[in-house]
Amino acid sequence: MTRKLLTGNSAAAWGARLAGVDYVPAFPITPQTEIIEDLSLWIDSGEMAARMVTLESEHSMITAAGSAATSGVRVFTATSSQGLLYGMEMVYTVAGWRAPFVMINVSRGLSSPITLESDHNDIMAARDSGFLQIHCASCQEITDSVLMAYRLAEHKDVRLPAIVNQDGFYLSFTREPVDLPDAEKAARFVGVFDPENLQFKSGAPLSQAMAVLGGGPYSYFRYEAHLALQRVLSVYDEIADEFADIFGRRYDIIESYKMDDAEYVFVMMGSYATKARDAVDSLCNAGWKVGLARVRVFRPFPKEKIRQLLSGRRAVAVIDQNLSMGMGGVLHSELATALYGMKDGPAVLASYIGGLGGRDISQQEFFEMIDELKQASDIGQILEPRLLYTKNELTEIRNLQAIAQAEHSEIHNK
Amino acid sequence: MKTASRILGSAFFMAGYEVQDAPRYGAERRGAPLFAYVRADKSPVNERGIISHPDLVVVSDDTLLGMPAAGVLQGVDQHNVLLINSHEQAETWVHRLNTAATVLILPAREDVEDRAELPYIGSSCAAASAALTGVISRKIFAEALGEELKHLGEKVVSENLEIALSAFDAMSSHSGLVKESALPSATDYQKPDWIELPFDDAEISAPAIHAGVTSVQVRTGLWRTMRPVINYERCSGCWWVCSTYCPDGAINVTSEGLPDIDYDHCKGCLVCVAQCPPQAIESIPEHIAKENEASGVSA
Repeated sequence: MTRKLLTGNSAAAWGARLAGVDYVPAFPITPQTEIIEDLSLWIDSGEMAARMVTLESEHSMITAAGSAATSGVRVFTATSSQGLLYGMEMVYTVAGWRAPFVMINVSRGLSSPITLESDHNDIMAARDSGFLQIHCASCQEITDSVLMAYRLAEHKDVRLPAIVNQDGFYLSFTREPVDLPDAEKAARFVGVFDPENLQFKSGAPLSQAMAVLGGGPYSYFRYEAHLALQRVLSVYDEIADEFADIFGRRYDIIESYKMDDAEYVFVMMGSYATKARDAVDSLCNAGWKVGLARVRVFRPFPKEKIRQLLSGRRAVAVIDQNLSMGMGGVLHSELATALYGMKDGPAVLASYIGGLGGRDISQQEFFEMIDELKQASDIGQILEPRLLYTKNELTEIRNLQAIAQAEHSEIHNK
Repeated sequence: MKTASRILGSAFFMAGYEVQDAPRYGAERRGAPLFAYVRADKSPVNERGIISHPDLVVVSDDTLLGMPAAGVLQGVDQHNVLLINSHEQAETWVHRLNTAATVLILPAREDVEDRAELPYIGSSCAAASAALTGVISRKIFAEALGEELKHLGEKVVSENLEIALSAFDAMSSHSGLVKESALPSATDYQKPDWIELPFDDAEISAPAIHAGVTSVQVRTGLWRTMRPVINYERCSGCWWVCSTYCPDGAINVTSEGLPDIDYDHCKGCLVCVAQCPPQAIESIPEHIAKENEASGVSA
């Protein structure tokens, strides 16, 4: 293995290269473009035996990815934010085709207002599509997850496309030490793609029938895809064990950090979770019993695993880097669903919205969340959802609004 | 600065540290403030994002210190070392900035015309930083620089290395001045000043500013590092080539049919200089043009 400094984007490109992908349909978008730049350089220099085609949009790109996968080749693609949304019609469509391939999403906030920085609302929009979702917290995890994602997506019980998610800027442009898996071992781990009955060939045209009349057949196909996605939960451990045996790194479906005797728990996804690890260390040093559960595989949702992990805990702070307008944090809602009916579940399930549009979460804020959890659980109080937002941030926006108001008045008073 | 952060990151990595380095891309325009950051530790780095309390701040262009939007002094206190690439003295900056930080000067080169270019500045800043940490040897720094710049060819590497190593040596008397600070502790921390976000009417809370003529009011000419100047003796008075090519519409045509550059809005892209058929437009460094103006010399 070679240990070198790689950005999240390079780590993703390495994952595709080591997985031996055949075809890369591509379309640029910040902060993802470096991935396809790296791949195009390798393909151009002959270091990677694949074909890259730049399409005219993400809609076409995802169509091409799904189509190529049904012809039995291994496909990789990448997008972000507005691009993922532009291709959303086909995200749902290709999952319905049961076409397995891997797509990286580099999370970035959605318009409006437009931003370049990280936020999970883009990936949440693909939540119900049938794609697997793996959320990464480090550059190392990105390379490793791409390899694992091919195994999961191409598994004969699953056969669905997968999204590996990384946070824009916080991972995409950040270099960290990455142990690059040995190419031969990686090839052996990922194996050969067996497309089973997906055998489209340009030399032997076939029709793919994808229309149904009536709800009965429709329900059948949709629910079968749902059952297939849930199969990931039963095949995951075997694949993660095999990965750990070969490469020495074990990725649980939910990362647990200092969970053994934790009374208070952070539950979250993505790269901000490493900051939570520091906060957990500091809180434990200060005498608190605190742990972190990071949901790595978000689709399928590891419901049983989260119930096991949270049973007997005093209180949980769910940190959502997304916002379901009119409801709140998506992960919080899903946890409430998963924990429903549990006798020894946590009495307090608090919702914090933090990190929207790349807004940082400070160590002090992590500490304060735990303090709030303790106070609430001591007196049996239900905590209202909280947006992590400080007085200074509001002052800043008020100053900008004052400028805008002055502009507005000037024009309208002319 | 991205290259500087990568050279420094690689040097730490080669010296046995766990590393995180990242650029922060801002406004996509020439001369816009841009920064990058490096974290290094003996154990894996879990912190992420912009460094709120840096141990060392390196300023490659001292004009940024006066620009509030650049936020150079954010999180700077008596613990910090502030290294400034400048023609001025350290005392001058301590006084101007009224800072308790330790200020060091990386002497600016005399022969730099265009501030947006600042040749070798990335390598020099990385070298000076490496020396200040006291944990990166000259040899390891040279290796790191070679690794990060090798795609540019041997000549570029050796030129950069020579200048960078002189910056390294200039700072070696301050070796170890930069001290590692700890993360905030859960035993004693300042509570975040959280507030409930109030409801605002859509008139206020929609992210739309409807204001006209903002492009006229924003003096984008401030971004310019090189100034195009028309030599009217050479100008053939065609009037249309430069004014048509100007991507910002900053070249007007006078009633006499001559082009006139609007310096309040010319960003100094120099497309006009390249396009003018009789080559009647020259470019001169903005700071020289300003000095000339101040002393009454016509451009």
